[in-house]
Amino acid sequence: MNQHQKSHINPFIGKSSNLRLEEIVWKNHSYNPVISLQTLDELLERDNQREEDGFERKIKLGKIVKPSENGSNEIVIVPTTIETKFYHDNSVTNEDEMVGGTGTEEEGTILGEQRNQPDGEEGDGMGPGNGEEKGHDLNSDAYNLGKVLTNHFNLPNLQQKGIKKSLTQYSYDLTDLNKGFGQLIDKKQTLKRVIKTNILLGNISINKEPDLSKLINSPQDTIYKILSREKSYETEALVFFVRDYSGSMQGAASEAVLTQHLFLYSWLMYQYNKKVKTKFILHDTEAKEVHDFNTYYRSNVAGGTQIHPAFNLVNTLIENEQLHLSNNIYVFYGSDGDDWKDNNNTLIKELKKLAGFVNRIGILVARNASSSLPTTLETNIEESNILSELRDKLKLSRVNANDFTEEQIIDSIKFFLTV
Amino acid sequence: MKLINQHTKKIMEGCKERALDAGLSFDRESLEYVVTNTDLIELQPKVMIPTMYDFWVNDIQVIQGKEKYKVYPHNPYETVINSRPAISFYNDNNPDWLNVMIFYHVLAHIDFFQNNQLFSNTWNEDFVGKALADKRQISSLRNRHGRWVDYIIEFSRSIDNLIGFFPNLQESITPTVGNDMASYYFNIFCQKNLKLNEHFVFNQIERYNSLINKNPQVGEVLFFNEIIKKHPEFEIEFQKHLTSSNTVKKDVIEFIRDHSPFLNKEENKWMKTVINIIRDASLYFSPQMRTKIINEGWASFWHDRLFRSDDRINGNEIQYAKINAAVTSISRVGLNPYAIGLRLIQEVEELGNRGMLSHEFDKLKNIEQRERFNTNTNKGLDAIFHLRKNYSDFTLINAFVNQDFVTKHQLMVIGKRINEDRNTTEYYVKSKKASDYKKMLLDSLYHPPSIKIDEVKTNDKCLYLIHEFEGKQLLKSHIKSTMMGIAFLWGGHVELITNEIRQNKSDGTSWHKKIIYSYKKGTLSKEEL
Repeated sequence: MNQHQKSHINPFIGKSSNLRLEEIVWKNHSYNPVISLQTLDELLERDNQREEDGFERKIKLGKIVKPSENGSNEIVIVPTTIETKFYHDNSVTNEDEMVGGTGTEEEGTILGEQRNQPDGEEGDGMGPGNGEEKGHDLNSDAYNLGKVLTNHFNLPNLQQKGIKKSLTQYSYDLTDLNKGFGQLIDKKQTLKRVIKTNILLGNISINKEPDLSKLINSPQDTIYKILSREKSYETEALVFFVRDYSGSMQGAASEAVLTQHLFLYSWLMYQYNKKVKTKFILHDTEAKEVHDFNTYYRSNVAGGTQIHPAFNLVNTLIENEQLHLSNNIYVFYGSDGDDWKDNNNTLIKELKKLAGFVNRIGILVARNASSSLPTTLETNIEESNILSELRDKLKLSRVNANDFTEEQIIDSIKFFLTV
Repeated sequence: MKLINQHTKKIMEGCKERALDAGLSFDRESLEYVVTNTDLIELQPKVMIPTMYDFWVNDIQVIQGKEKYKVYPHNPYETVINSRPAISFYNDNNPDWLNVMIFYHVLAHIDFFQNNQLFSNTWNEDFVGKALADKRQISSLRNRHGRWVDYIIEFSRSIDNLIGFFPNLQESITPTVGNDMASYYFNIFCQKNLKLNEHFVFNQIERYNSLINKNPQVGEVLFFNEIIKKHPEFEIEFQKHLTSSNTVKKDVIEFIRDHSPFLNKEENKWMKTVINIIRDASLYFSPQMRTKIINEGWASFWHDRLFRSDDRINGNEIQYAKINAAVTSISRVGLNPYAIGLRLIQEVEELGNRGMLSHEFDKLKNIEQRERFNTNTNKGLDAIFHLRKNYSDFTLINAFVNQDFVTKHQLMVIGKRINEDRNTTEYYVKSKKASDYKKMLLDSLYHPPSIKIDEVKTNDKCLYLIHEFEGKQLLKSHIKSTMMGIAFLWGGHVELITNEIRQNKSDGTSWHKKIIYSYKKGTLSKEEL
């Protein structure tokens, strides 16, 4: 084939000086660049090694938005790395992002607009089946992301710690072996036993062809497959993702909360080997349940904020179905900390009640950077002293919405999961 | 990856004939390969050079590229690399007429690579071959030093934009005066040390020439023997000049390579090999990064001109027009380098044809006279060939983007802003002024920060860097890890003097403050000066 290819170029470029180059390209072809590629696992291992060598990790997670026909874009997670160099920072001097264009319009004319975050569809009109179907793609990606997160950021590995309250179920399969009786003969094992017995009896010797008519087949040597009871782990975790989607959350605050919830979701998917049940709750002054992560991720409304209805809804859902009896329940809540004045401490009461049901409540406050004062939510929680009262169950962490980093989000997750 | 078939190669050869007839000039030899889109994704991180060394960052980019491709599939028509012979990559499913168009485009790129002065340092080597040698060198180093090779690659790459591309180019186009005795004597010694007047210098040159004519073997020796008798200090001064001129003009990478106490340790000397490979590669790609708009414009100009006069493609004009328009139309929103480059080259051709690249035209102030001006000089082609030889993106835009050009093509700067009431991002016409449009174009060009070594303060313990402030501060998020790499290569601390822009949000004023960053033992600190 190589020869054949060479004859193609000879008429045009002669042979002497360019053969070298041709070989080069051919070599490259034959060694196949794919083989030299490292897998993601190898790359992550290299990244772990960096820390031991005294350098910062370099592999981060990037998102690609995958447009789909029905308008509900999905998110694909890819590993990414930035080669740092000294670069000019153009963003400091230009207030707006600028691009070129053409047209006859006068200065100041608005040419078009783009929705910042498409409004989520209303939950009512959408059946749960639809939601699950759409969520599927995200699930498999989320699983991979979870794997990366666990390996990469050294998030605790839940399975190693053991899960005390796992609900085990059993299924039956023909996998156990039994001598003498059973449902199905296992021919291979039976033959092995027969040969073993006959070697011991001296009916088979090394040098001679065995005489098959002399072999003895004892009933004890017949191996059967029988039913066995297999443990199967049913859904072990139920996670409530709850977030504020009111007007004040738009932009950076939502981004911070959603990044964390996406990471958590992915990590739990991995930890529970995809057997995570999730429930998504959005609230402004009222709370509602939505059925898939995409809707949860994308919805926003303009309006005021009251947090307690959200936790009230979580409690109601748990109580109605008695979910706490069979599940490890995690509740993750994200907000910018805005809340209406709550004179009756309803929120605190709901939180205390919820703490009785769940393994962990993690609250992320993504502060809008304008003030350094604690937000209403933080004040409420701190004044009530429940952080120490429920210190095994309730964790609160804060980030600055405008300049949060991936590391802070991960740290906050780690904090939520500390024992 | 395989060579194109005979039939297609014949089309290429036909294109070469016609392109050469039209005035383009390039080596007749070229290699064309058919590749898949996956091949291209894998080549992308290696800047399309198949023989480039392996590096883990490339692998991540490949994984990313493949995921992106699943979401946004695309089908590039061609890619050319500046090697000897030139290599280009294609999809295998193009009809013949489309190949004609693509081949002209490619040939114009090759012509640009092989004639534009910015590329002059790439003319004497075949980078594909060199890259292969480098790749083997790196993999043999990896066998000995393992992952540390990759750290050195990483840290070298983190400063590979701080290379003296222009000083290097300058040196090769006009070598420094005074490197040999005669050049030093006439250009420097006579004028600066002896302060002789021009007339006397000319006499001396004549005498020098006639001595050499008469005695080709010993003429020079005779001449300088006389000079040394007359000015005994000449020899010492010449030596002094040689040593002093050699120490200047080192770029950051070179300086670290040559002077780092860490790299100069016997056991670390192999690192210099890696650093050289990274620096050479960066120098090699520098001209390409600085000529994107002009090169694409040039290629689009010629594929259009040559395709339309090609006798082989009759009947495909409409399909061609569609594809050509997709490639070269000015984006309604966004910057298309093909489109702007093409319009600028067409503009210069027209200016040349109408004799407008002249002082006579420059003098005219009357707008009507300017519009009507036409001396029918028909020097358009000469003008664009001059561009192709001597211009880069910056010089092209700087010289020819003016109000006439912006108005003619209805160009404008479009701003993006957030409308909080409607929760949308608005695109609006920000400006139609040529100065704003030009600034926007220039801001989009490759322009690495200018960072120099403070050789006076630098010592074995600490490397001092000075950033020349050009109105733009450095990207803060990259400073720490870049300095970490430099500190590793230096084997000590690093300090960087730079400026940061401060803004007063209420009245919009801004000023800059001198800042010093110091990287010591893994921590970065910052101080205002």
